[in-house]
Amino acid sequence: MFDVKKVRKDFPMFKNNPLMQGHNMVYFDNANTTFKPDCVIEKEMEYYSNYCCNSHRGDYDLAEKADESYEGARKSVASFINAKPNEVVFVSGTSLALNMIAQGLKNRLSKNDEIVISEAEHASNILPWFRLQEEIGCKIVYVPLNNEGRVTEEGLKSVLSNKTKIVSLAYVTNVLGYVLDVKSLTKITHEAGAIFVCDGAQAVPHMKIDVKDLDVDFLVFSGHKCVGPTGTGVMYGKIHLLDTMPSLILGGGMNTTFNTCGNYGYLASPNKFEAGTQNIAGAIGLARALQYLDELGMDNIQHYEQELKKYAISKLKTIPEIIIYNKDAEAGIITFNYQGVHAQDMATLLGSLGICVRSGEHCAKLLPNFLGELATVRASFYFYNTFEEIDQFVEACKKGCDFLDVFFD
Amino acid sequence: MSFLINNEMMREIIMDHYQNPRNKREADDSYISVYMDSTSCIDKIYIQMKEENGVIKDVCWHGNGCAISTASTSIMTELLQGKKVEEAKKIMEAYTNMIYGKPFDENLLDEAIVFINTSRQPSRIKCATIGWRGVNRILNGDDANE
Repeated sequence: MFDVKKVRKDFPMFKNNPLMQGHNMVYFDNANTTFKPDCVIEKEMEYYSNYCCNSHRGDYDLAEKADESYEGARKSVASFINAKPNEVVFVSGTSLALNMIAQGLKNRLSKNDEIVISEAEHASNILPWFRLQEEIGCKIVYVPLNNEGRVTEEGLKSVLSNKTKIVSLAYVTNVLGYVLDVKSLTKITHEAGAIFVCDGAQAVPHMKIDVKDLDVDFLVFSGHKCVGPTGTGVMYGKIHLLDTMPSLILGGGMNTTFNTCGNYGYLASPNKFEAGTQNIAGAIGLARALQYLDELGMDNIQHYEQELKKYAISKLKTIPEIIIYNKDAEAGIITFNYQGVHAQDMATLLGSLGICVRSGEHCAKLLPNFLGELATVRASFYFYNTFEEIDQFVEACKKGCDFLDVFFD
Repeated sequence: MSFLINNEMMREIIMDHYQNPRNKREADDSYISVYMDSTSCIDKIYIQMKEENGVIKDVCWHGNGCAISTASTSIMTELLQGKKVEEAKKIMEAYTNMIYGKPFDENLLDEAIVFINTSRQPSRIKCATIGWRGVNRILNGDDANE
């Protein structure tokens, strides 16, 4: 197990400790984005300072160095999820990846086909599929959630049919934090003859992922949620799918040739999906971020976050006004409300006491149908959070009924 | 008014309007209606208004919001009810100045003075102005009847 005190020294945000209205900052908004360690920042700076050249485009030594580092980053990211380098496409984040997949699979779909998602999905795993529904008239089908709000094998089986062409689900849902049994769900999906797309945005930062073992057809995630740079992410796809999929973005660096008749050819994956100058520094930083996580150990990270969550739940349960919506969820996400206090008022109160949490619908605008609650407060942990921070958070939560104090301090 | 009102009273006024919002009802199609929402918060509020001969005959609202947006919208509807459009614009100007910490005529604001501290809470400015921005859109003819 790692030493949290030591780990926190790796992060400038903790060293600088920006005070929040006079209080020590407690950052519990990690499902939103995460802090970056020095090693990631330095890695990006090293590129900008020492070999700031474009990749795949130069004939001089420095450009060669940029190429090596960029492709080295791809190899490193690939090995983190047990993929091959040509199955790893660098993207700006989960949202772009899901749009690329939806548009890339479009020519496989026709009017009566069905795409299966759930009401617990993030907007980025809903709207790209709505676009396909608009464009080709295929149907969006929702897996029924069980009474906890979880997607189960039975639930998925109940909606699969020979019309199902794609199943796209979050490995860990961003509001309720349930960890899906992706391996089983993928197997069931494949038995129905459909493609399984795994939104790993909330999973990859927190647990070991092996795409070969899971057998998912696509896995997408964002770098900024796993201590990596903003504007980075990965679209993993099985090579036979990437090879047969058109690219959403066309331009330089992705074509083999084009002529005045309007013909053009694609380079092989992953280059065919990476038109234009890529976020080279970002990709290099992302690889360093994943290496950092690997050094801590993904199993250690997952175990530690579960301990934090258990501790927080046990403490929050002692406050009668706190309503917890996902106490049995496996991920380090607690979604709650303080009875009689609007989620945003609660989040503002917590903010005034130094605690960063998010309130609202958390981009999952279909989920209120299920929760029966329009807005919730979400506290989400990462490996650098501490038990002491949870104590500060719980003490602040006790003051829920004083939420207007913020207004009259 | 600020000479007579203390923080405790302001707090009670906000809580009262949050728990018992005034003029919260859905009007018919004869009203001009705007829908106010925001990317950064959960508030979703419809403002509806009937204007005749330059007078606000009725203004009401419905939807969902936090304590600050609910109370500020509720207080606003009471304040603007029956006012001439020109008067309403002056009240709105005074309110906006107060929210942004500029000099304002407090005689125009009545209970809306309870939001005087908003200028120190920049993250809540959106909440304290959502209804007011809605009325402003209606009076300016922006996005009406959307």
